[in-house]
Amino acid sequence: MADHSNTTDRLSPAVRAEALESLLTERGLVKSEVLDGFINRMVNDVGPMNGAKVVAKAWTDPDYRAQLLADGTGAIKELGFAGPQGEHIVVVENSDDVHNVVVCTLCSCYPWPVLGLPPEWYKDPAYRSRMVREPRTLLSEMGLDLDDDVEVRVWDSSAENRYLVLPQRPDGTADLSEEDLAALVTRDAMVGVAKVSAG
Amino acid sequence: MALTLDIEGPAAPPRLNGELVFEEPWEGRSFAMVAALAEGGLFTWDEFRDHLIAAIAGWESDPSGEYRYYERWQEALESIVADLEIVARPEVDELAAAYAARPPGHDHDHDHHHHDHSH
Repeated sequence: MADHSNTTDRLSPAVRAEALESLLTERGLVKSEVLDGFINRMVNDVGPMNGAKVVAKAWTDPDYRAQLLADGTGAIKELGFAGPQGEHIVVVENSDDVHNVVVCTLCSCYPWPVLGLPPEWYKDPAYRSRMVREPRTLLSEMGLDLDDDVEVRVWDSSAENRYLVLPQRPDGTADLSEEDLAALVTRDAMVGVAKVSAG
Repeated sequence: MALTLDIEGPAAPPRLNGELVFEEPWEGRSFAMVAALAEGGLFTWDEFRDHLIAAIAGWESDPSGEYRYYERWQEALESIVADLEIVARPEVDELAAAYAARPPGHDHDHDHHHHDHSH
């Protein structure tokens, strides 16, 4: 087991990151303000609310839904959501018979432009290995019990593809506006570890 | 290593949108350095991904302590800038050691110590 003696290779990642930033700054490769900008964008502007808008539009506009399923990246870009890790987004649709769930077994790839950065559990080694091995059990532990006759499809992200789940529109939401629908859509539903409820 | 997912404790997966994107400020800095270098064309995201996969696989083959994603991220960043000969490892080691040796509270001492970056 690791001890925490102060040898060079055990220096905390915080000081290592600080040192690297200084060295990259010296070389003119990064600027503090630019880094602040990236951080602000990921924290404030990019997040699951973007994906929720995509889902709500797909629920209310059949043409958009068809386009989204055919070309996720293009349809998402049309709403103004693009950027790193958004180049190859594939949208997979849940139905009464099929439930989709997303994982990245190798490194936690995630569709940033529509979901923001991944939550802690998505990056967890247990999630990454167990979702492939025993998805029903893990989904149930996470609060999602699926009927035995529902097929579970696990999508493992890759350099080529990032996945977004198009959840089922909950019953009792026929009267809701697109905006109200978007407010119901959770990040977890778009990863496939939850369903959307009518609120 | 017990592969269980903490579903009720403090690390429980949130059921709703919204949690801290970065748990600690350095995680954001490390993330943003990769974003800035990728945007600047020094490497592609796919190239970084290969280093990240290697860093994560390295930890998983010999797990020690708690798994922290951004620690592996930082390791991957150090690895790719070393491979590309942008910043050599000993330079990072040396400066990080100097930073680690600062007295506690150093970063509150704004009157006497110049910091050209913010946290």
